[in-house]
Amino acid sequence: MDLAYSAEYESFRGEVKKFLSSSWPLQGAEAKLPGDQKAALFRGRAIDAGYLARAVPVRYGGSEQAPDVLKGQIIREEFFRARAPGDLAGIGPSMLVPTLLEKGTEWQKEKFIGPTIRGEVVWCQGYSEPGSGSDLASLQTRAQIVGDEWVINGQKIWTSGAHIADYMFCLCRTERDAPKHAGISYLLLSMKQPGIEVRPLRQMTGAADFNEVFFTDARTPADWIVGKRGEGWIVSRTTLKHERNMIGDAANTVMMFGGLVELAKRALRDGRPAIQDPSVRQRLAQLEGYVRSHQYSGYRQLTKAAKAQEPGRIGLMNKLVSTNLGQEMAKIALDLVGDDGLLEPAERRLGAPRENGQWIGQFLWSLGSAVAGGTANIQRNVIGERGLGLPRDAAAQRS
Amino acid sequence: MNFDLTEEQDLLQETVRQFAANECPPGRVRAIFDGDQGHDPALWKGLLELGLGAIAVPDEYGGAGLELLDLALASEVLGAGAVPGPFLGHSLAGLALLYAGSDAQKKSWLPKLASGEAIGTVAFAEGEGRWQPEDWTIAGGATLSGVKAHVPFGAHADLYVVGTRGGGLALVERGARGFEVEPLAGIDRTRRLSELRFADTPCEALPGGPAAAARVRDAGLVLLAADAFGGAARLLEMSVEYAKTRQQFGITIGSFQGLKHQLANMAVEVEPARGLYWYAAHALDHLPAESERSAALAKAHLTQVYMQVARDAVEAHGGIGFTWECDVQIYFKRAMFDRAFLGAPAAHRERAAALAGW
Repeated sequence: MDLAYSAEYESFRGEVKKFLSSSWPLQGAEAKLPGDQKAALFRGRAIDAGYLARAVPVRYGGSEQAPDVLKGQIIREEFFRARAPGDLAGIGPSMLVPTLLEKGTEWQKEKFIGPTIRGEVVWCQGYSEPGSGSDLASLQTRAQIVGDEWVINGQKIWTSGAHIADYMFCLCRTERDAPKHAGISYLLLSMKQPGIEVRPLRQMTGAADFNEVFFTDARTPADWIVGKRGEGWIVSRTTLKHERNMIGDAANTVMMFGGLVELAKRALRDGRPAIQDPSVRQRLAQLEGYVRSHQYSGYRQLTKAAKAQEPGRIGLMNKLVSTNLGQEMAKIALDLVGDDGLLEPAERRLGAPRENGQWIGQFLWSLGSAVAGGTANIQRNVIGERGLGLPRDAAAQRS
Repeated sequence: MNFDLTEEQDLLQETVRQFAANECPPGRVRAIFDGDQGHDPALWKGLLELGLGAIAVPDEYGGAGLELLDLALASEVLGAGAVPGPFLGHSLAGLALLYAGSDAQKKSWLPKLASGEAIGTVAFAEGEGRWQPEDWTIAGGATLSGVKAHVPFGAHADLYVVGTRGGGLALVERGARGFEVEPLAGIDRTRRLSELRFADTPCEALPGGPAAAARVRDAGLVLLAADAFGGAARLLEMSVEYAKTRQQFGITIGSFQGLKHQLANMAVEVEPARGLYWYAAHALDHLPAESERSAALAKAHLTQVYMQVARDAVEAHGGIGFTWECDVQIYFKRAMFDRAFLGAPAAHRERAAALAGW
């Protein structure tokens, strides 16, 4: 056990720092560009330097570096410290790109990957349907070949960012007579066409980040399919695996805990800082046990990944652990903000600090993470069945 | 950056695991649990032959010269097997001598502890939750007078490291003048307890006591956390195994979602928490600025997890889980021991809060 990085990695860290100190923030005329242009300019340079899009081959616009989990971690740490733009988040770079790299055809990779990692095009994900949530494979949106095009009819729901997306990757039923899972294909399609209608869904936070998407004879070329017909379910599993990794990141949790401790120092109880209250101290210290467990479990998974070892069943637990932690922090925060819990996140009166509103927002959002990307109860099924080897649910076995 | 065990450490755990499986299977644990002594000299001798008497003691004193993490790894495996015996108190007595003893004291006692010629233990508690060095009230000096509670294997030990006022540590030998040992009916029959009474009992102070007592306590917290992790992980395995074999309504009960989710929740409590004791053990040898707080959080967290998982395991086993003959109850009582010994979770969380400057 050695929590320090070796000399080789520290020297790599030095190179990253040197690059950052001369490249971010932008200087001179470039500093006056709009924010997204500055970020795009910087990302291009960071790709050229080999620090971003590391898993993407050069011919598709990436920097094609040898896989090295520790270097990836050092880059994230240093970019975060310098507040420099890192690899684009979002569903396109984090989910579609790895899927295309693994299962896409040559022309698909050439056409889509570069613009996606540069943020020139935005994707949304068409998976869930009103009748197909946890039982996703029961989905009913149909696609049929007519001439040299797929013609798509049906409805998707909970589609984050559909209102701003250029493209969708979408699961559709294409094989009418095939068994449930084998009748699905993974299609790519343009969102900018008359056969698509996007209606916003307002969530309990008040904002509308996701949508319903209606397809009425929407079209996409016949070869905009990833994998073969009927292989869509398997192709989509590649993608979900990546989403789980994305949500399970322990660093966010550690940072949020730090924020919660600051809130407890600032919030008052009976005129004294809440953190002096014995019950608050107990709750925070108890929570810290979980936060640190998650953090060290992340260190261990990082170590295993660096040695090209599988994480084991702990890998199935990250999302649920991080969801549980987010909810517990939100509950403590709601107690700490006191009367400000009566107000909407954006409302501020009597000098209530803006952070209080953010915690109220987090209190609402923490429920979203218990549902998005596989509900907490589905996660428990997965842990029980794939992790502990328990028999599958009798009802699920039948379908 | 390497947060994982070495091959040698994996091998150490595997060796102890094999030994426990062969020499201390569940039937043997039950027999010792139900016996008069809670201690099996042949089993203890076997553990000493593996080097478990002095893993973290340098080889010049007859130890294995390894680190606290290695000692904690052994503690995890013994916890998983619910192995009865004086490992905890014996290890802490050795560490107290190592951290606080004079050269002569180390030379005189450490080889005997390593070989098993003497059994060591620690006497810290003074009742009503007073376990910490700053809580100790018995005056040190040439002799001791007073009472110490909850001393592991006090009835079997040859050497006692007694906590004294001001965080001092003093050695008392078995049979010393004015020294009485009264066995207690401890809840965990794999780790028997005694009360010690001193009346002008001759003792010998460890010169480094006040500087080192907290570190000995922290090592104890880490060993308890490791034991708790091992026990909780084993209870999870036992509960999963039971859910895979027991049938009701014509099918395996593990296919019912209610039980499946309970087991998944147990796994989510246990598995990620392993690193908590690894980190705290590593910190004791390598990160002095963080060691005290890490040990406090690890002990509080893991022993509470163990207690909850033990409750869940009884439920998961149904009626049989509530019986004396079911092994779950032995782990349940070890969880009660781990939780209370050296101070309850709430006490250590308050210490962690204070240490963070909250």
